Amino acid sequence: MMIQSKRLFLYLLPLALFVGLTLLLYSGLGKDPTELDSQLIGQKIPVFSKSLLFKPDAIITDKDIKGPALINIWGSWCPACYHEHPYFMELAKQKVVAIYGLNYKDGRAEALKFIQKLGNPYDQIIVDKNGRLGIDLGVYGAPETFVINHENRIVYRHVGVVNAQVWETLLKPRLTQQTKQLSDRE
Amino acid sequence: MIPEIGNLALSFALAIALIQFILPLVGIYANRWRWILIAGPATMVQFFFVFIAFLSLSWSFYVDDFSVQFVALHSYRSLPVAYKIAATWGGHEGALLLWIFMLSFWSLAVALFSNQLPSMTRARVLSILGGLAVGFLSFILFTSNPFDRILPDFPLDGRDLNPLLQDPGMVIHPPMLYMGYVGFSVAFAFAITALMEGRIDSLWARWVRPWTLAAWIFLTAGVALGSWWAYYELGWGGWWFWDPVENASFMPWLIGTSLLHSLAATEKRGVFKAWTVLLAIAAFSFSLLGTFLVRSGVLTSVHAFANDPVRGTYILAFLGVVVGSSLTLFAARASSVSVSGWFDWLSKELLLLLNNLLLTVAAVMILIGTLFPIFAEAFDWGKISVGPPYFNLIFTTLMTPLVFLVGLGPMVNWRQYSMAQLGRKSLVAAIVALSIGLLVTFFETQHVAMDQFKIFLGVFLSVWLTSLALSDLLTKSRGKSTAKFRKLSASYYGMHLAHIGLAFTVLGVVLTSHLSIEKNLRVGVNQQVSVAGYQFKFEGVSDFNGSNFDGIKGKFIVTNDGDFVAELQPEKRRYHASGQWMTEAAIDPALSRDIYVALGEQLPHSQDWAVRIYVKPFVRCIWFGALLMALGGTLAMSDKRYRKKVAAKFSPKTKSSSNSENISNNSAA
Amino acid sequence: MSYLIPKRLFLFVLLIPLSFVTLSAFASIDVYSFKDPSQELRFAQLTEELRCPKCQNNNLADSNSPLAKDLKDIIYEKMLAGETDEEITHYLKQRYGDFVSYKPPVKPFTWLIWYGPFILLLLGAFGVYRYMGGRKISLSAQNKSAISNSSQSLIDQWDSEKGDPEQPNSSSVQQKKQENDEESPSQESNS
Repeated sequence: MMIQSKRLFLYLLPLALFVGLTLLLYSGLGKDPTELDSQLIGQKIPVFSKSLLFKPDAIITDKDIKGPALINIWGSWCPACYHEHPYFMELAKQKVVAIYGLNYKDGRAEALKFIQKLGNPYDQIIVDKNGRLGIDLGVYGAPETFVINHENRIVYRHVGVVNAQVWETLLKPRLTQQTKQLSDRE
Repeated sequence: MIPEIGNLALSFALAIALIQFILPLVGIYANRWRWILIAGPATMVQFFFVFIAFLSLSWSFYVDDFSVQFVALHSYRSLPVAYKIAATWGGHEGALLLWIFMLSFWSLAVALFSNQLPSMTRARVLSILGGLAVGFLSFILFTSNPFDRILPDFPLDGRDLNPLLQDPGMVIHPPMLYMGYVGFSVAFAFAITALMEGRIDSLWARWVRPWTLAAWIFLTAGVALGSWWAYYELGWGGWWFWDPVENASFMPWLIGTSLLHSLAATEKRGVFKAWTVLLAIAAFSFSLLGTFLVRSGVLTSVHAFANDPVRGTYILAFLGVVVGSSLTLFAARASSVSVSGWFDWLSKELLLLLNNLLLTVAAVMILIGTLFPIFAEAFDWGKISVGPPYFNLIFTTLMTPLVFLVGLGPMVNWRQYSMAQLGRKSLVAAIVALSIGLLVTFFETQHVAMDQFKIFLGVFLSVWLTSLALSDLLTKSRGKSTAKFRKLSASYYGMHLAHIGLAFTVLGVVLTSHLSIEKNLRVGVNQQVSVAGYQFKFEGVSDFNGSNFDGIKGKFIVTNDGDFVAELQPEKRRYHASGQWMTEAAIDPALSRDIYVALGEQLPHSQDWAVRIYVKPFVRCIWFGALLMALGGTLAMSDKRYRKKVAAKFSPKTKSSSNSENISNNSAA
Repeated sequence: MSYLIPKRLFLFVLLIPLSFVTLSAFASIDVYSFKDPSQELRFAQLTEELRCPKCQNNNLADSNSPLAKDLKDIIYEKMLAGETDEEITHYLKQRYGDFVSYKPPVKPFTWLIWYGPFILLLLGAFGVYRYMGGRKISLSAQNKSAISNSSQSLIDQWDSEKGDPEQPNSSSVQQKKQENDEESPSQESNS
């Protein structure tokens, strides 16, 4: 009988493995496999020194960024950015949070045209023409929006369009998040 | 009108498939002969309706019926006719219809060519195939109907087939691949039947073998065609990317290959019965898994169809029901299968067992590697990529001993063999392989030691395999042809041909991977560059027009020390409907090397162009080897023992009464 | 039922990249000049091992996305500056995570893929060993070099006792008599 049950276990093994596999596959359904998590959660924003869109001669550095704030990566070449811009205008009107724009790999003229047409929700617009700051932030596609806390540490990164729902459920709750909470989570 | 006929035909097919699935099974338990006998006719009628549906969709493509959404999204008015037809399977819905068409085609073939089977067995097999058809037909009807209309305002010219797919490869690669995938459903149905009847023996194995071989041949051809297509079409010169969808086609191939070998042992010696049945279930399960991976969006892949969680959930549920119930049946029944047939440590059985072990582990390795990103995600370990560096390393490590053993397998006898004799027989092959391997490595000195070792190993293994196969062929055909009952069978020749094919593929893979020269260069008009001993003279570019695209064409004259080799015209095409740019590489093929030129962009502020020039030695061997494997399979299939009538031994009457007792018979034995 | 599809849904469907192959086959060809062939090879190998975070079906070498171009430029600069492959990969992983390399790191949670196949192979080999051990009968061991006819017939006899008489295979003796023509020489035991 021992041998019998041992053999039965062996014959049940494929079924057991398959059930595990099915559960695994089920867990993957509906998730976006292309979305990447930011590697910079809990870290200070990268050191940079860039010019401003409206004052090309002026320099802005990471020290000038005052959290808590949002940093929105956009470009006039990015279709989804047109889509989310009206919501940033609305957010700016409410004055609930500082919003920095990072004009990513764009031409100055095109960027200015974009802003003139759709309005300027940003407190400052940092120009990242060669895209190196974007790479330091781990940006892989615009639009992306970073949430930074009062210590200028990155709390969250959202990839894709920001709208009311994203703001209320994903971004706003995290603005007040402390760095300590972040490291606890790790 | 035609699309509505197609839609209706699909619904009828579903109804018939339900009959084909349920009635015979119920009939067997209720002892109603008429219900049992309906399996055959139902299969044929089901095929008829699916065929009508398939024709309707192709016709809608042919006549540019852009009021059908699927046609509008995947065709274009000025698309060449062959591509319009091929566009039938150019998207999720149509490809699914192709899958169903193949399934009903295989079912029809079983219905037509299984007269030698006991009628119970035949009814069960057809019923199970009908059950699979029910699953897929309801999937297409309820979630992905290709006949849906978009009235009233439909696009006038269509959105065009993805330019990448506008290639002769599209006409043959998917049908071949699907024939292979779906073909394993027959072996699967036979396996389930065997478990139900409790009879797994060598006669069963003999029924399953030709069907498995047929599916395997198509899958081999399909995978090889896909690799070849990617090579010349994608413009990167790679022939295998370990993309999840490539893996999804490769896993069933590995399991199918394993199944073929284990079937040989089950047929000839009655061993590994439960294992063979498990492999038959697994081969088709991997095909279904592939369907899930392509259509559910759980993985990032080159080939992903438009993703829809509803579809993913449906296929997963279907997969769960089909595979889950099969494995439950397996657990319940297989443990009582008798174990019989003795063999020694050095025997063909043991070598086949090792072959199965290595092939299965390789397939599982690819499965784990492919799904690992989902795994890591589920456990919150972050996003991770498992790609070529991983698969190449582990796969070659697993395949090296396999290829070595493949050389020995055919020589070793069933049951028992002597080590001394094996040593004597393989000595010459070992010396030849060693010396050729060392010679090649000796002359190829520009590589680091590790690469040199890999080149040596590749050459050694392919020469070893080939020379053992040849010597076995020679001794056996010469020495024994006189003995009457030792005439060599077609399957014997087929086996050796396929093994030699494997040797070619191994050689091609190793040499291409390590000896290819790849250069990205800046070339001015009328300038000459030199790559790998060939001179390439760039004679500039010119505009040209195709039926649904326009573009530019570069011209290169390739010479070798002043001797003309080829004129190559790589293209860049812009397709009208999508505005998408495509690179069409120009290739000068030869068995010993391919010269591959792709045109990049004109460099800013100059008359120079960026070009990519590859010289790839022996890359053709990869697909030539696959061709030999497929031919070997075909030869083996032509073996006349598969067409022998054996039904006489099993009259339906005795069968029907002894079905249930068979298990007890077996376990008692 | 097809007519009931809301038009907006249809438009939405149109926006999704539709057919089968979503990547662009517009090969990217970048021309860099290197100080020697070994550096060129290193660059080619490294960019092939790294995955483009933007168009995730491509490695950096093949990708034609602007981000891939920028990353290649950075890798090129770093290579000229004398950084090792590890340093460059580390730089990219800091920004894009392990995802960016096609070669998964060897960490405890990736042991499954790195060691799993070999553990499975060992388990399988152990299974084969047990299987052989369980069915081995004493008469097998002797005379490996020359199988005498007598022991051969013993095996056959044993086989036929074991087998179901209905099955033609179970006794190879019977099979030989019944179906001579299908014997391939490879299955013959004595030569």
